[in-house]
Parts: sequence; structure tokens; C-alpha cells
Amino acid sequence: MTGILEVRGLYKSFGALAVTQNVHLTLEAGARHALIGPNGAGKTTLINLMTGVLKPDQGNIFLEQRDVTNMSESGRVKNGLARTFQINQLFRKLTTLENVALSVSERLGKNHVFWSQAWRNSEVLDEAMVLLKRLGLQSDALTVIEELPYGRQRLVEIAITLGLSPKVLLLDEPAAGVPSTETPIILDAVDALGDDIAVLIIEHDMDVVFRFAKSISVLVSGAILTEGTPEEIAENEQVRAVYLGESLDA
Amino acid sequence: MSGFVTSAVSIFFDGLAYAMLLFVISVGLSITMGLMGFVNLAHGAFAMAGGYVTVACMNMLGVPFIPALVLAFFFVAIMSIPLERLLYAPLYKAGELDQVLMSIGITFMAIAGVTLIFGPNPPAIVLPEFLKGQIDLGFKTFPTYRFFMIVVGFVMAIALWLGFERTIIGAKIRAAVDNRQMAQAVGIDVDKLFILTFALGSGLAGVGGGLAIDIVGISPTFAFNYLVLFLIVVAVGGLGSLRGAFLAAIVLGVIDTAGKYLWPEGGAFFIYVVTVAVLLIRPDGFFGKGASQ
Amino acid sequence: MTTKVYDAENPVVFLRDRTRWHWAEALPWIVAVAIFFLQPITLNLGVQILITIIFALSLDLILGYGGVVTLGHAAYFGAGAYVTGMLSAHLGWNEPISGLLAGATVAGAFGFATGWILLRYHGLALLMLTLALGIMMAELANVTEVWTGGFDGLSGIVIDPIFGIFENDLWRRNYYWYSLIATFFVFLACRRIVNSAFGRSLVGIRENTERMRAIGSPVHLRLVTIYTISAFMAGIAGALFAQVNAYVTLDVLSFARSGTILIVLVLGGTGRLYGAFVGALVYILVEDELAKEYPAYWELGLGFVLVLTALFFRQGLLGALESFVRFCKRLKA
Repeated sequence: MTGILEVRGLYKSFGALAVTQNVHLTLEAGARHALIGPNGAGKTTLINLMTGVLKPDQGNIFLEQRDVTNMSESGRVKNGLARTFQINQLFRKLTTLENVALSVSERLGKNHVFWSQAWRNSEVLDEAMVLLKRLGLQSDALTVIEELPYGRQRLVEIAITLGLSPKVLLLDEPAAGVPSTETPIILDAVDALGDDIAVLIIEHDMDVVFRFAKSISVLVSGAILTEGTPEEIAENEQVRAVYLGESLDA
Repeated sequence: MSGFVTSAVSIFFDGLAYAMLLFVISVGLSITMGLMGFVNLAHGAFAMAGGYVTVACMNMLGVPFIPALVLAFFFVAIMSIPLERLLYAPLYKAGELDQVLMSIGITFMAIAGVTLIFGPNPPAIVLPEFLKGQIDLGFKTFPTYRFFMIVVGFVMAIALWLGFERTIIGAKIRAAVDNRQMAQAVGIDVDKLFILTFALGSGLAGVGGGLAIDIVGISPTFAFNYLVLFLIVVAVGGLGSLRGAFLAAIVLGVIDTAGKYLWPEGGAFFIYVVTVAVLLIRPDGFFGKGASQ
Repeated sequence: MTTKVYDAENPVVFLRDRTRWHWAEALPWIVAVAIFFLQPITLNLGVQILITIIFALSLDLILGYGGVVTLGHAAYFGAGAYVTGMLSAHLGWNEPISGLLAGATVAGAFGFATGWILLRYHGLALLMLTLALGIMMAELANVTEVWTGGFDGLSGIVIDPIFGIFENDLWRRNYYWYSLIATFFVFLACRRIVNSAFGRSLVGIRENTERMRAIGSPVHLRLVTIYTISAFMAGIAGALFAQVNAYVTLDVLSFARSGTILIVLVLGGTGRLYGAFVGALVYILVEDELAKEYPAYWELGLGFVLVLTALFFRQGLLGALESFVRFCKRLKA
């Protein structure tokens, strides 16, 4: 058990609806893990449990062997756990550069300084600018988010998360709503992440999943159905039945 | 009978009459805030307008009291429809701040308009004979009008409850309060529902304004002076909840009356303490959305 | 095709230097000094405007930057007013500057205590809680008559001359300067705060709280911090009010005061500090002209302007001005 992020026996219900049932999941450093499953399987709920947006009814979450089950959302981020959202959560009235600078500045612990001018020695802004360049956003540095096309906003979503220098990165459908011409930019950015970073991706597009993932978990009705390499999952009859079958029908 | 029991009974009686007035006015606000998520600070102005329609009908046109209340209902209800379409609808998706400002603006205009027409002083009406005088219950007499108020409050509560629980429109409103998107998805015309509910809620406020004349009195500033009470009834009861508004009106109405009776200088303090306490423990009120979790 | 609001060779330098002083920022202070010498309005009115500016600035910190809508900000204005007043009336603490700071400190402490609880809530529940808390404070001041003077108001406030020299004269010549200097310090502090990284993070909270949490921001702590600072500044405004008038009534805690300051700020424009200046100046001047002689028309006009603002000019007067300037620039280009 040397996972950088470990989830042990997690349960969560909303009223009578059990959305997470006895989920175990381990991400090693450098993992490229995909979480797939039909709509309503509880994938985003699982991310919300891991990041601390929701509290589990039962079970524990470990970050680098440390129990963070009762740690606040911000505490977990400080310890290296970062996420993107399925639907963009951006500062819509701020510029792209400010969006990313806010997260860099938060990581560096500068956002509680209220008596000196923001980012005066431009250390924060420079780093944010480097991230923008990495995602090909530098020409939009001063564009206000709400004026950006959705696909570009999606890139900002990732840039913000990268600004946190995460050890574990949870990507909730990063390519959703992105025109297919721009998906490679997102995937390249993820590919370029260091080998020490563990990445968990939720994705519906099987091309993306099989291109990206080295291992896959299948979540159905809140429980892990099976785990394995992409090849194993592709061959698995059960998975075909409940998941791939469904997506073919749809 | 001991003085204590007599006092307690009369506090409860007066409190209940006051509570029913609060209920009749607040229930519309509760439904519209629950349904549309709109912070409507102009609701007090609607009640005030209804009060002045009643006054105008009776004193200028010689309409009797009860028909005047009915006219107040229809006048305010119909008047609220263009307001809803032109001023409220554009702000459904806006933040609370814009809604607060817009509805405060309407209130200012309503106060000014009424002051210009009727003057700043509280008007008086002459109640019909059957509502005047006192009813003798043996140990104490009570004003007939308060009895009337209590009866009207209960009748309205029952009528509304039946309307919500037993009619299709009521079911649609409940569905839309519960989950607007879902309601829309199953083909409920939410726009139409908004107009209808808003008109109904405003009309009820109008009737409440008419009923208020002989209990708390109305004047142009009624629109602001009592607004806070209506808002806390809604908040404590839970947005969009009929029984919440009913229960909260009774709790707050009786506590307020008791407070003012027992401690005339400072009695109003209590209901705000109660309100803050309730909201801290149950931010969604007694029966608000999400209160069950 | 995206339209760029800003254009600069180097975005980093642009953002870093955006908070530099602009020459136009000297304007309000030039106007304020000119008012003293030319007296187009009475200095008494000038003092009222200055106090309103401080109060509106304090509100802008939490509303315009933190995104917290409150209907009970008068609670902190009133706390400052009553504490400063009572210190003088009951304890003979008549020294003005320490009295002012004492009132503001109590208001700030009260802001911290209430903010810690209130800011766990949001949306409608928060709105109702601030409303109820504000009125509860007014009722509390009413029932603690022994200390506050209750409905009759707190009298017996005697304020020593500032530095033992400058008295509160009938024409407010000294108190105009006193208020102006207080306004200047409050403004400097506000400007520093909103231009700091902390201030930027508040804007982040206003724009998207969920995202701020997800980048590891302790949102509650940030909001409590700014709420406390805001309450302290509201307390300064209230304390000044008590000292200038040497009298405090329940009116300092009223719902009307909470509502009015919200209106003042929104009319001027939120989230830009100078909105507080424009809003206070315009509101108080127009009110002074109209409210006494034609109260009904004042209310009618105010109501109409509010409706228009909410529907069409959500950024207030300054925002409308900015849009207009931008529009002209585009026409030229």
C-alpha cells in the first residue's frame, strides 16, 4: 500500500439513494488512471468525496499515507490534491492571466497578505504566464473569461489546476464541450505532466480513455465493478454489457 | 378565573388575530419567493396598495367592506401581472442585490404615489355593523373584528391548502417549487405558472392590506414598516411552504403580541431573537427546501 | 471574434502596474478641499457626505469585493456610534481620536463575532440573518435604555477639542477637516486592501466561491477577515457621526440606514471604491435638495432610479460612465 492517494471503503448516501458503496481506489505516483461508468454512476460524487466537498458516511481517504478524511477542502489542496470541474468554474469577469495567478498565488500562500500590492515582484504573474504558454493561451492573457469560447475556457480550467502544482490531479471530463480540434491540446497538456504526478480522469470519450489511461476502474451504481488495464477492461464481458453496451444504444 | 389565565387567553387571542393577518399577507410572499427565488421587498407595498384600494372603494365609491376586500384582491392581482412581466421577469436570474434594489425601488414609488393621492396620514374606514363591537365569552369580551380576522385566516389557510393539494395547478406549483428544472422538463409552463402565482400572492397581500386597516392601521410607510415582519415569517417558515408560513405566523404573531403586552417598551426584541435563533439552527426555516437534510 | 477589454504588450507588466495611482484619483480630494474654501454647500452637509462615504466604503469591501449582500450593515455603524457616545456620556472619555478608535474597535470585534457565525450561511438565509440581526440590535439598544438612552436618544456626549485645540464649532470648520482626514485614511486602507493579493482573492470569492475553495482558499476565514475590517470602518463612520452630532438615536441602527447605504453604494457603483464617493455625494446632495420640500417626489424619483439601475445600469453611475468612455473610444478607433 504505497499509493499517493488511497480511498478505503467509502460510502455515501443521499437519503435512500446510495451513491457510493464500498469504493476502494489506489493511485500510485505517476498513475494515469481512468474512471469510467454510465451516467449517474457516482463518478463526480466520488471526486467530491475525495476533495472534501462532500463528507463520506463511512470510509477513509489517505493522501500520502495521511488520513485526510476530516481535513477541509482547502487543506487537501495545500497537501497536493487538485481537481478540475465537469462544468467550468472560472472567475468569469477576470482575465485569463488573473484566473491562473489567483491559484498560483494561493499555492504560494500570498493570498492572505492584505497590506502590500498584489503580485508586485511579478513572481506569481510570471509563473502564471508560463502556464498559459504551455496551454497555448498566452494570446488570451488579458481576455476576460466570459469573452472566451468554451473550448478555450476549458483550457483555463486546467491551467488553474496546474497552478496548484498538484501531486494528485483529478480531471472531471476535461474534454467535455471542447471541439474535437482542440482536444489534443488538452491531452498533450496532461501528457506533459511530470511522471511523479498521479492523474485520475473521468471521461466518456473512449478514444481519450484508451489513449490516456494505463489503468481503468469501472464504476456502476456507486460501486466499483472491476479494475484493470485498458485491454482487460475492453475484453471484460460485464463491462461491455453494462457500460459499452449502453453507450452503443445511446 | 384568575387574572393570569385571563391575560394568557387574551394575549393568545390577540396574537392569533395578528398572526392570521401576518399569514394572509406573508403566504403570497413565501410562495413567490419559493417558486421564483425572487427577493421581493415590494410585497409590503402590494399589501399597502390593497389597503388603499379598500379605503378608496369604501370611502369614495361607497362599496361595502367585504366586496371592497374582493376588489382589493383583484386590483392588486391584476396590477401585479404587468409588473411581473416587465420588471421581475428580467431579474429572475440576476443576483439578490439587483432584486432587492428593484423591489425597494417599486416600494419607494408606491409610497410616493399613495402619499401624493391620499396624503401621509393613516386613513380610517367604518366597519359594517356585524364586525363592530365585542363578543362576550363570559369571562372576558373580545373585539368582533379580531374573531373575524382569525376566521378569515383559517378559512384562507384551508382554501389554499386544498388548492395546493387537490388541484392540478397546485400540484404544478408544488412541483415547480420543489424543482423548477424538472417541472420544466416534464412540460409545465413555468412562465405561466409564475404569472399566476405572483398575481395570486400579490392579491392575497392586497386583501391582507385591507384587513390590516382595523388591526394595525395602514399608512404609506406601512410598505416598509411591516415588510421586515413579512420577510421573517417567510424565512422562519421556509420558502414556498404553506404550513411553514402558517406556523411561523402563529409563532411570531403570538410571541410578538405577548412581548409587547408583557413588556411594552421592549417587546419587539423577542421575535428578532427567535428569528435569528431559528435561522441559525435551520437556515431554510421550519419547512424550507433542504430543511429535511 | 473576441473583443479585448485590455490591450498591452506585456500582460504581466500591465496587471502588475494596473493599481498605480492615476492622476484622476486626486480629483475627489481636490473637490473636498475646494468645498471647504468655496463652500458651495454647507460644511455640515459636507461632513454628512464624508461620513456616508466612509460607511459606503466599508460596505463596498464586503459587497463589492467579497460579494456578501447584507441588509444589516447599520449594526456596525450603530455599534461605533453608541460605544463612542456612551464612553463620553457615561465614563467621561471625551478625547475624540481615542474615542473614535475605541468605537471602531468594538464595532470591529462585533463584526468578527457576528461575521464568524453569519458567513457560514449564504444566499437568502444570509440576507435574512443580516436583516434580523440588524433589527435585533436596534431593539436591543431600545431595551437597554439605561445605557443607550433608548427611544429618547443618548445625550450628554461631550467631545474635547481635537488635540486640545480644534473644537466642534457650529459651522463644522474643524470637524470638516477631521472627517476629511478620517475619510482619507479609510480610503487609503481600502485601496491598499483591495489591491493586495488578499483583495484579489476576495474578488475570486465573489466571482466563484466554489472555485476558490477548489484552489485551496480558506473562504470563510477570508470573508470573516474582510467583514471584520468592514465593521471596523463602519464603526469609524458611526463614531464620527456620534462625535459630530454629540447625540445618538436609535436611528443609527435602523433598517432604513442599512438600506440607504446599500442604495448609495449601488447607485455610485460597487466594487470600485470610487462608487462610494460618487454615490454619497449625489445621494446626499439630491436628498438635501428634495427630501425636505418634496418628500413624495424624492421618493418617487429615487424609486424610479433604483428600478432603472437594477434593470439597466447594474454597475451604477461610475460603471455607466466607464461604459460610455469605452464606447467613445471604440467609435474613435
